[in-house]
Amino acid sequence: MEEEKGEVSENKTNLFDNPKNVKRLLTVFFTSLLILFMIDFFIHKHGHFEWENWPGFYAVFGFVACVIVIFTAKLLRVFSKRDERYYD
Amino acid sequence: MINNILNTGFPPGLIFIIGAIFIPLFKGKWKSALMLMLPILAFMSLMRMPEGSNWMVKFMDYDLILGQVDRLSLPFGYIFTIISFIAVIFALQVEDDIQHVAGFVYAGSALGVTFAGDLFSLYIFWEFMAIGSTFLILARRTKASQSAAFRYIMIHVVGGLFLLAGIILYINETGSMKIVNMSLNSLSTWLIFIGIAVNAAIPPLHPWLKDAYPEATVTGAVFLSAFTTKSAVYVMARTFPGTELLIWLGAFMTILPVFYAEIENDIRRVLGYSLINQVGFMMCGVGIGTQLAINGTVAHAFSHILYKALLFMAAGSVLHVTGKIKCTEIGGLYRTMPLTCMFCLIGAASISAFPLFSGFVSKSMIISAAGDGHLVYIWLMLQFASAGVIAHAGIKVPYFTFFGHDSGIRAKEPPLNMLIAMGIAAFLCIFIGVFPQALYNILPYPVDYIPYTSAHVVGQLQLLMFGIFAFYLLLQSGYYPAEIRAINIDTDWFYRKPLRTLELGIAKILNGLNQSLDQLIVKDFTGYVNRFALEPVSNLTKFILSPIVRKDKYEEVIAPALRNGTSPIGVYAAFAGLFIVVLYVMF
Repeated sequence: MEEEKGEVSENKTNLFDNPKNVKRLLTVFFTSLLILFMIDFFIHKHGHFEWENWPGFYAVFGFVACVIVIFTAKLLRVFSKRDERYYD
Repeated sequence: MINNILNTGFPPGLIFIIGAIFIPLFKGKWKSALMLMLPILAFMSLMRMPEGSNWMVKFMDYDLILGQVDRLSLPFGYIFTIISFIAVIFALQVEDDIQHVAGFVYAGSALGVTFAGDLFSLYIFWEFMAIGSTFLILARRTKASQSAAFRYIMIHVVGGLFLLAGIILYINETGSMKIVNMSLNSLSTWLIFIGIAVNAAIPPLHPWLKDAYPEATVTGAVFLSAFTTKSAVYVMARTFPGTELLIWLGAFMTILPVFYAEIENDIRRVLGYSLINQVGFMMCGVGIGTQLAINGTVAHAFSHILYKALLFMAAGSVLHVTGKIKCTEIGGLYRTMPLTCMFCLIGAASISAFPLFSGFVSKSMIISAAGDGHLVYIWLMLQFASAGVIAHAGIKVPYFTFFGHDSGIRAKEPPLNMLIAMGIAAFLCIFIGVFPQALYNILPYPVDYIPYTSAHVVGQLQLLMFGIFAFYLLLQSGYYPAEIRAINIDTDWFYRKPLRTLELGIAKILNGLNQSLDQLIVKDFTGYVNRFALEPVSNLTKFILSPIVRKDKYEEVIAPALRNGTSPIGVYAAFAGLFIVVLYVMF
């Protein structure tokens, strides 16, 4: 019964149950990545450090930093993970 | 007194604390009206308070200052009253006076700390803050919350004792209680520093925060997210600006929680770690200590309180309507909670510092200040942590709550008042992002910082969008840490495991000692004395005669004689004489 209700509302509002919408979102996302990367070559910059003026510096930095964060977190989990009732 | 109120307002903290007493006396609409009036009254009073030292109270030989108003304390006063107003709206449907009273005492004490001009009243409000906040955790009334609240208050009592010891030594050294700039050059200032650092959750003193906040009530966590750490940021900015140690502690503090947040299962605990990360930026700003850095710290505290409360409200709403808040148990909630989802996304965009959102105009001031000082490593650490924020708070929180795998839960939106509270906070997050000048105007120093340059906007967008790109790729390829039901040990392990074992061990030893002493003294010794005292004459006779008369002979002949009074009178006379001799010798 409850599931049925859920499905009814899904048909009305659920944006991302339609793969087309997910695809659209991803297209917008990848396009914006590309634009952001390209636009960087035409911007006049005077950063605090020299590397800030390299085109695409922040893109690479952001990407690499997130990869490092996620892999370090995975590594941390090896040491830190305990059962939920560890302290009980 | 009346004149005084008209001229200088009434200390806003006391409005909260005194007002809190009246909350249980009212019911229904009147109670709601009173609760909404208190932050408004406090804010109006704040507007009336002129800069300088107001509300001096004589206490013994010292002047207590309850209203130290200047451009550093005012912005904290504003945001503390604003967030109280929002948090009260969010909590209106709660029918538990303890939470309401505790919330106001807690918020009022934070205001008291903010406007305290002397160390003594600072300390008093500091401790009240600890007590008020503890009740917001206790009020959840679960076993986990009771023990978390216990650990929470223990940590804060210890932190408070450091502060108190430091303050007493400091007053002893300098003869003054005034709160002034200090430097870490004596035991007293070190103790004060550690006391503040506990409340600011500087690692390794941070785990109380991620331990306790997720166990608090839905509405209590909103209060908690605002006051303890940010009042510590304020006190740190007042007492230790420009302390180099803080730069490094702050930068480290921005990075460490990011990893934990990434693998944490409880969404409100993720937010707790992210809170520590954000306070790290502020600590770094205090440490850098330049005008731009202090401005950035205050601005970031201001916008942080709003978006962090917003995120805690969104997560709290989910917990309120579904009873669940763990990544493994929720997901896909955007279908039935679109408004809450939108507010959460606004909070996430603000904390990630997307352009047009509040974090963008405030956090960048601190990073810029690090750049101005050519602090290369600090700058890199802060930028790294900024990318880390998008990974855990910016994406993980909304994604695993409202999108991700469909948990099948079809919960409705929370009550209207909760939505309104989130709406106000979300509006302010965007307002500050779009009109940063409104915030810049109330900062301690004149601001000539321009956040919206094309280089800054594009750079920040690249950092964030390519961070999201990395998140997307790792999630798709299965490298992203899976959602699992588990906890992660942090530095609280030291007092939750070995210390607990030590405690249990000591308890065993002491209880054992207690028991054996009880046996020896209470049961054995007194029993012996009792038995002896029942028949003193007979017993003494037995003792004296023991060398000459055998034991069985004694029991057979002499004991009955003594018991029946048929013994020679001389025995009694001899004892009476002996008694007199003893008395004579002794006295």
